[in-house]
Amino acid sequence: MEPILFMLFGAIAVGGAIMVVTRKHPMASALYLILTLFSVAALFVLRQAHFLAAIQVIVYAGAIVVLFIFVIMLINVPENRLPVERATVMRLLGVIAAGLLILETALLARRFAMPAAPAADSGSVQAVGRALFTDYLLAFEITSVLLLAAVIGAITLAKKKI
Amino acid sequence: MNPLFDIAVSVARIAVFFAFVFGLVVVMTWVERKGAAYIQDRRGPNRASIMGVTLFGMFHPLADALKFLFKEDFIPDGAHRLFYQLAPMFALAPAILTMAVVPFGPPVTIAGKQVALHIADLNVGILYLFAVSGMAVYGIVLAGWSSNSKYPLLGGLRSSAQMISYEVSMGLSVVGILMVFQSVQLSAIVRGQGELLFGILPRWGVFVQPLGFILFVTALYAEANRTPFDLPEGESELVAGYHTEYASFKFSMFMMAEYIHLVVGAAVLATLFFGGWQFPYLGDSGFAFPGGISVAVPAWAVFLLRIGSFVGKTLFFCWLYVWVRWTIPRFRYDQVMRLGWKVMLPLALANIFVTGIVLLLIDRGGF
Amino acid sequence: MANFLSTIQFSDPYFSVLLLLAIALVMSVGFVFLSQALGPKRYDRVKYSVYECGVDPFTPASVRVSVKFYLVALLFILFDLEAAFLYPWAVLYRELGLFGLVEMGIFILILLAGLIYAWKKGALEWQ
Repeated sequence: MEPILFMLFGAIAVGGAIMVVTRKHPMASALYLILTLFSVAALFVLRQAHFLAAIQVIVYAGAIVVLFIFVIMLINVPENRLPVERATVMRLLGVIAAGLLILETALLARRFAMPAAPAADSGSVQAVGRALFTDYLLAFEITSVLLLAAVIGAITLAKKKI
Repeated sequence: MNPLFDIAVSVARIAVFFAFVFGLVVVMTWVERKGAAYIQDRRGPNRASIMGVTLFGMFHPLADALKFLFKEDFIPDGAHRLFYQLAPMFALAPAILTMAVVPFGPPVTIAGKQVALHIADLNVGILYLFAVSGMAVYGIVLAGWSSNSKYPLLGGLRSSAQMISYEVSMGLSVVGILMVFQSVQLSAIVRGQGELLFGILPRWGVFVQPLGFILFVTALYAEANRTPFDLPEGESELVAGYHTEYASFKFSMFMMAEYIHLVVGAAVLATLFFGGWQFPYLGDSGFAFPGGISVAVPAWAVFLLRIGSFVGKTLFFCWLYVWVRWTIPRFRYDQVMRLGWKVMLPLALANIFVTGIVLLLIDRGGF
Repeated sequence: MANFLSTIQFSDPYFSVLLLLAIALVMSVGFVFLSQALGPKRYDRVKYSVYECGVDPFTPASVRVSVKFYLVALLFILFDLEAAFLYPWAVLYRELGLFGLVEMGIFILILLAGLIYAWKKGALEWQ
């Protein structure tokens, strides 16, 4: 059952991602992005990474896409004035790049077997925390500096208009 | 390992809790109006009747549902049709999903198997709740934007900015509880609250985390857009907020989502801070009061007392919404945002620090 | 088929979540269709125009949104991330002890500097 669900949610994630880049209306793209992020969270659950799945939905689907939607509303282009993409060369290049990526992934995937199911509690809040606050302590502390830089950057960009 | 048994248990648990929440949603729409009427010294709803029986206006929710179903369902000219239709779905679906992790009773033994009264006892517990309830903001933002009308747009924006501001404080206000009970799993948090504090007080969240409780309640009211934070739909300025352009059953879907959030919010409040299904001083075999007095109680009575305890607490917090609504006036928008970022957020962080220091002293044997 | 069914863990709580998700989707989509199907449909220009206190709408509703909302959303992401780090820390706190308090203290103090910066720059002011 697990491989079937994995493939199902994987297909939804990829399909949603394709829709994100092909939709004309940015709001539709944003909604498809939510679908993709949700499917990825489901993939995490299937691989026992429960904490990561919850954080994926809280931070990505719950916070970052909200920012995207605010920006779409902030710019608010009327539907009849949405830019029409005519860059066929770019499109062609994109398709070729995507094809190469799929080929590469397929070639790489042949070398590795599907990893065995991880232990049931390997992705619990406790397990992730134990790794985070011992082995990856420095990375964790540096994250706060990164977040601080983001706060300052955001305010500097918006400052002229406040 | 009987799969049929597991499926039956799963379906039964969903059915029971679904019925409980939806029943309360229906009752709440009545309590809201009747309670308002009593507080304002009016009669309230009393006309709807079946064969002359009015039952204190209890038939009004039924009449409402029927009316909503048979009203004209129109999409205003100029609305973004697809997104306009999607918005109520985005509002209702996350609301239903929030029901999953609330434990509504002690574990029971059926056919020799331990069954938790809990739709899904997830190991990420409260994080699931935050993840799913965070999705509710899309319904609101989408409804406001897709109506292509000024009042819904402003209402939706205000509402979503307010919700995300208080989501931060809400997330941080429960950290203290997680520190004390060392788990994010709601069943573990409820179990932890069955113990006694200093041998006299039940170890409820509200006693170990009083500031956390106040912050959580405030954030809950702001998240649910309830008075005193109901300015996204401040009638005098924004008509009805994000759902101004909605009619018929789509409108009632927004209402349903709002009331499901209220009921589940009340249940979560009871679970995190008031012991969930725990009854004070009641153990598995009977009461054990401080001072060594104990009273034996049969198992079925213990079970009923515990379920009753959960239902009673939830009902009380449901009533509290109505009570607060007619007691506290509405904030101004700048006051709401200032309270969220400049008061709640620093207080929540301070609460975490104080909890940390106190726990350190306790664990070092200082107390 | 029986073989396939036996591979599903029905006692897994995530199965119940999947079931609830299915119910939620069916209900929310179904209600919208039900609402479309029942009830009369009589077109009327005034009825179908958007609400503006009973007069014809003056201007289209494409009001540009203040940059304030964008800033609030950004700050929300940052503090949401901070909270995401706090949950595993809180659960483990009693194991980590003083060490945990100090490491989270540094983390929060750095982020608090960000909040104070936003505060002083007036990013949290609303009129």
